[in-house]
Amino acid sequence: MKIQQFNTLLEVSHSVEIMRRYFVVNGFDGALTMLGLIMGFYISDRVELTVVITTCLASALALGISGVSSAYISEAAERRRKLAELEQAMVASLDNSHHARAVTWIPWMVAMVNGISPLIFALFIISPLWLARSGVALGLEPLLSAMLIALIIIFLLGVFLGRIGGSFWLWSGLQSLLVATVTLGLIYLIA
Amino acid sequence: MASIKRLVLDVLKPHQPNTLDFARTIAALGQGYQVDILVLEVDEQTETLQITIEGDSLDFELITSAINENGASLHSIDEVSAVGK
Repeated sequence: MKIQQFNTLLEVSHSVEIMRRYFVVNGFDGALTMLGLIMGFYISDRVELTVVITTCLASALALGISGVSSAYISEAAERRRKLAELEQAMVASLDNSHHARAVTWIPWMVAMVNGISPLIFALFIISPLWLARSGVALGLEPLLSAMLIALIIIFLLGVFLGRIGGSFWLWSGLQSLLVATVTLGLIYLIA
Repeated sequence: MASIKRLVLDVLKPHQPNTLDFARTIAALGQGYQVDILVLEVDEQTETLQITIEGDSLDFELITSAINENGASLHSIDEVSAVGK
């Protein structure tokens, strides 16, 4: 599919905003899940790094697969319904139109964004654990490094949202960071 | 063979693509195509347009194909100007 056709499909289906929302929402989910998991391991003594990496990787994969499948099912159903409504309003079949092609392709694109976003962020977050296991010396303890990266990603996602919404970027970033800090506090209290 | 110089079409289209992009798409179909669109009516999901296309030799098949591809449908051909060679 050519880039111009791809852009047309995005435009007729209003998908850019949806993908951006999914990217941030599910990315935030992924980052916070990893942060919670790693915090859990951090406060549980003597957990081997291999176990932490395997658990985090499995969770990241599950988040990715869940993101792809749930977004595809809901987007495909929603878009089929909207196409049927539009065909009713047009009193014509739109089979050979960009609108019909969008019903086929856009759910996949949205699903990929929804699934890949938490996976990518999770892989970034667990990268210090891999490095530590490979013998690379980190300035901080591996689990603390991973949590720091998670907090930075969560802050940046907040900044991104702030810039989209036109609010002050630092405030928006700090709000996200507050959510992450509260989560860490709750996990600490429970443990 | 005579060539079509001017067409006035009555078209129903969904809100997306918007009228600007719709006009650009039709204008890009041939060199020197001039497209004027008058929005006659706007409904909840659709809008009715009067499209005037002018050019040295308009390709009607290509124009209708572009209209359909953009989810619109041609209701009627309201005016035609043709010139014999």
